[in-house]
Amino acid sequence: MFNYLKLIICPFLTFSLSTVFFTDAPENWQLGFQDPATPIMEGIINLHHDLMYFICVIFIFVSWMLSRTLWHFEKTQNIVPSTLTHGTLIEIIWTITPACILLVIAIPSFSLLYAMDEIISPAITIKTLGHQWYWSYEYSDYLNEEGESIIYDSYMIPEEDLISGQLRLLEVDNRMIVPVNTHIRIIVSAADVLHSWAIPSLGIKCDAIPGRLNQTSMFVKREGVYYGQCSEICGINHGFMPIVVEAVKLPNYITWISNKLSE
Amino acid sequence: MSEVTIQVRTAPRDRRFPTQNQTNHCWARYIEFHACAKAKGEDDPECEKFKRWYMSLCPAEWVEKWDTLKEEGRFPGPE
Ligand SMILES: [Cu+2]
Repeated sequence: MFNYLKLIICPFLTFSLSTVFFTDAPENWQLGFQDPATPIMEGIINLHHDLMYFICVIFIFVSWMLSRTLWHFEKTQNIVPSTLTHGTLIEIIWTITPACILLVIAIPSFSLLYAMDEIISPAITIKTLGHQWYWSYEYSDYLNEEGESIIYDSYMIPEEDLISGQLRLLEVDNRMIVPVNTHIRIIVSAADVLHSWAIPSLGIKCDAIPGRLNQTSMFVKREGVYYGQCSEICGINHGFMPIVVEAVKLPNYITWISNKLSE
Repeated sequence: MSEVTIQVRTAPRDRRFPTQNQTNHCWARYIEFHACAKAKGEDDPECEKFKRWYMSLCPAEWVEKWDTLKEEGRFPGPE
């Protein structure tokens, strides 16, 4: 859903309605998805819409059958009870039909599943480690002259330090920076207990398990700032270790990396 | 500030590790580097790439721990 509210509020936009705003963070009372920024999230949303078709048809059919049965076979309307206990034909029909529906649903579902598993030879590896209670990021594809790689922690900004326009419980001090239109390998692990690294707009949710390296891939299609949260209960401050990914153009990413390296 | 040339490259996909679990990928690259270093010497360009790859894949904490174990002669893998 585009953020229509921002379109109404922001006075500049009354002049240029062609400007599109994406929601890459949750909104109050939100029911739908955040806007997709990766092909995987687009796939997830499409699968959801495909499945909604079947869900609606089944829901309407079952409700109709149920209410009809309750109405017509109620004791005042139908004094003589039926002695029918089974019917082979109807049982074959109501077994085969759901099986066929499941088979049809399996096609887009599996193709999405395997698409998510596919790691196209990546250009960048970024490691993300869950800690109690913050995330840390490691960019070890590049080393500086001392042979050190880029490692930093990402803590939530407490409410009293927020500046106007920042999101409560979602903003961090050091964002994860990624380039757009690049195949990125994300390695997720944890240093102490289970965590889960999740960003709705990027269609990523990957468990962070101590002693295990989980791999997932990411291909961000547009620049932006994407918000997520730890999604595996990990202790008292589980709700206070958000994730922020900032997608920038590749040259800007390289500049950022070289600045970080020479720090 | 010194100028560093950045090459956008990383550990390639490895057919031995086709699944989501890449723990053994990191471990194998670490072992491969040390096997190579033993045969050809640490600074051999052939070995350098294994080092780059295990650095890319393994968390820094793991590498530090394994290096320490190696120094102490307690490394639980092929020397
Ligand atoms: Cu958590």
